[in-house]
Amino acid sequence: MDTPLIELVGVKKSFGPVDVLKGIDFKAYAGKVTALVGDNGAGKSTLIKGLSGVQPFDEGTVRFDGHDVHIVNPKQASNLGIEVVYQDLALCENLDIVQNMFLGREEVAMGTLDEAAMEFAATKALQSLSVRTVKSVRQKVSSLSGGQRQTVAIGRTVLRNAKLVILDEPTAALGVAQTEQVLNLVRRLADNGIGVIIISHNLADVFQVADFISVLYLGGMVASLATADTNYNDVVGYITGTKSLEGAAS
Amino acid sequence: MSNTSLATGHEGTLRDQATAYFQRIRSGEMGALPAVSALILLAILFSALSPFFLTKLNFANLFVQSAELAVLACALVFVLLLGEIDLAAGVTAGVGMALFVVLNQKMGIDPLLSVIAALAFGSLTGWIIGFFVAKIRVPSFVVTLGFFLGFQGLQLIMLGDGGIYRVDIPAIQAIMNSNMPEWAGWGMLAIMVVGSFLIALWDRSRRTRTGLATRPISMLFIRLAFMAVLGGIAVAILNENRSVSIKAIAGVPIVIPIVLVIVFIGTFVLDRTLFGRYLYAVGGNPEAGRRAGIDVAKIRIAAFMICSTLAVVSGLLHASRIGSVESTAGRTIVLNGVAAAVVGGVSLFGGRGRMMNAIVGALVISIIDNGLGLIGLPAGINFLVTGGVLVGAATIDALSRKRSGGSILRT
Repeated sequence: MDTPLIELVGVKKSFGPVDVLKGIDFKAYAGKVTALVGDNGAGKSTLIKGLSGVQPFDEGTVRFDGHDVHIVNPKQASNLGIEVVYQDLALCENLDIVQNMFLGREEVAMGTLDEAAMEFAATKALQSLSVRTVKSVRQKVSSLSGGQRQTVAIGRTVLRNAKLVILDEPTAALGVAQTEQVLNLVRRLADNGIGVIIISHNLADVFQVADFISVLYLGGMVASLATADTNYNDVVGYITGTKSLEGAAS
Repeated sequence: MSNTSLATGHEGTLRDQATAYFQRIRSGEMGALPAVSALILLAILFSALSPFFLTKLNFANLFVQSAELAVLACALVFVLLLGEIDLAAGVTAGVGMALFVVLNQKMGIDPLLSVIAALAFGSLTGWIIGFFVAKIRVPSFVVTLGFFLGFQGLQLIMLGDGGIYRVDIPAIQAIMNSNMPEWAGWGMLAIMVVGSFLIALWDRSRRTRTGLATRPISMLFIRLAFMAVLGGIAVAILNENRSVSIKAIAGVPIVIPIVLVIVFIGTFVLDRTLFGRYLYAVGGNPEAGRRAGIDVAKIRIAAFMICSTLAVVSGLLHASRIGSVESTAGRTIVLNGVAAAVVGGVSLFGGRGRMMNAIVGALVISIIDNGLGLIGLPAGINFLVTGGVLVGAATIDALSRKRSGGSILRT
C-alpha cells in the first residue's frame, strides 16, 4: 500500500485525569473511505477534533501526505486540506446553494461579489460529484431536503480543494432513499481522489461505503481492518469489547 | 465525471420564469408581494371613500409624509436582518437633532458641521449599542430599550422641558418643502431607467463571459418599461401645479431623489458586497457564519452603526418637514418604522428582507395614516388599524417562515 494521506502514531489526549485517547494509531488513504466506528465515549469525536485542530492532541505524531505536521488550530487544518462536515452542517437556510458553498470565501471582482464566477465554480463542483438531485443551484437551502443539504455541505469541501474530508454522522437524520444518495456521494468523493473519513453508528452504511474500518474502544484502537476481510458480527464484537484482536490486516 | 447539467434559475423562456416565480411565492418566498397588494387595495379603498385622496396635492404629500418613515425603516432593515431590533432608533434621531440645535444655535457652529456632528453621534450610538449586543451579548431588545429611556432624558436635559427650537436654515427646510424643476424630475427618471439598464447589461455580460445561462432579455425590457411607465406617470403628476391657492406648487419633491439614493446605496451594499452577504449569513445562522470565518461581532456592530446613523438622517428629514426640533421627538416613530419594515416583508426572525420592502411598508403605513385622516375618523382608529396591520404582517412572516423552513426530512 502507498503512503497514507493521514497517519497518526501513538496519539494521546486527556482531559484532566481522564485519558480519552490512549496512544492511537490510525491511517486513512487518498481515494479511499475509512470508517471510524466505536460506541459512545470511545473517543471518536476527540480524534476528529484533534485532526481538525479544534482540540489539538497532547502527544503523538501526525503525518499528512508523508510529512510530520502539528495541527493546532482549525485554520491550519483547513490550509492543509482537511475539511470537516459536522452533523449540523452549518448552513444558512436563508441563503442559496452557491452562497452557502462560498460562504467566507467569496469571489470578489472590483469590490463587488462576482456571482457569475461563484455560480460557475459551484456548479462545476456539484457536477464533479454527479449531483442530480437539486433543481437549481440558486435554490434557497431552506427548500432543500436533509440529503440535499448534506450534498451542499460536501460540495463545499470539494470547492475548497479538500484532500481529506471528515464526515460526522452524515446519514444520522436521513431516510432510506436519502441515505443512499449521500452514501453514493461519499463514494464519488473518494473516487475523485479525496481521502474520506466517515464516522457512523450505522454499520450497514459502513459496510456499504467504507474500504477500511477502524474501531475505537475506550480510547484505544482495537482493530483496523479492510472491509473485505471482516464481517458485521466481528465489527460489533470489537465495538462492544467482546472481541479484541490488536491491529489486524491493514 | 458526468455531464449532468445543473440549472441556475436563469434558463428558459419568459413563461418558465413566470412559472418559477409563482412556485417561489407558493413555497413562502413572498417578498414584498403582500405589501404591494395591500398598497393597491388601500389606495382603491381610500379613493372611493374620500374625494381628497386622489388629488395631486395629496399624492405629493403622501410621498413627503412617508419619507422620514421610509428612511427610518431602511435603517432598521440592517438590524432586523440580523434578527435584532433597535427600539432606540427614533430617540437616537431625536438626540442627534438636539445636538444639532445645541451646536448650531447655542454655540453658533456652522450648520453643515453640526449636521456632520449629529451623524457622527449616530454612528457612535450605534457602536455602543452594537458593542453591548455583539460583545457582551445583552439582548438588543433590552439594550435599546435602555437607550430609548435614557435618550429621552438626554433630550430633556439638552433642550429643556417642553423645549422647542425653530430650524430656519433654508437648505434644511428645502429638503422636505421644496420641489425640483420640471426637467430635473424627468432627468431623475431617465437616470434610473438607463442606470438599471446598464447595471443589468453589466450583470449579463459577466454571466455570458463565464458561459452561464442568462434570463430572456425580454424580461429586462418588461421590467424597464414598467419602471418607465409608472415613474413617468408619477413624475408627470408631480410636475403639474398641485396648489389650491394662487402660488403654484409643482415639481418632484427634493426628498424623493434623496430617499431613492439611500435605497440604491443600501440595496447595493446588501446585494453586492461582502458585508451585505455576511449580514444575511449572520442573520440566517450565526454559528455557520462563525465557522466560515466571518467576524460575527464586527458585522453586528457595523449593522447597528448604520442603523443609528441612518436614523439621524430620518431625524433631519423630520426637523426639515416641521421646521423645528422638540424635546420629545422620535418617541413614537420607531414603532411605526419597525411596523413599516415588517409590513413590507422584512422578517423579524432575521436573514430575510430588502431595502425596497422597507419603502413599500413605509408607504402602506403612511397611506393608512393619510387616508384615515382624510376620511375624518378619530385618531384612535388610526392606531387600531396600524396595530392590526402590523400583527397581520408579522403573522404572514411567521407563517411563510414555517412553510419555507419546513421539515428537514422533506424531499
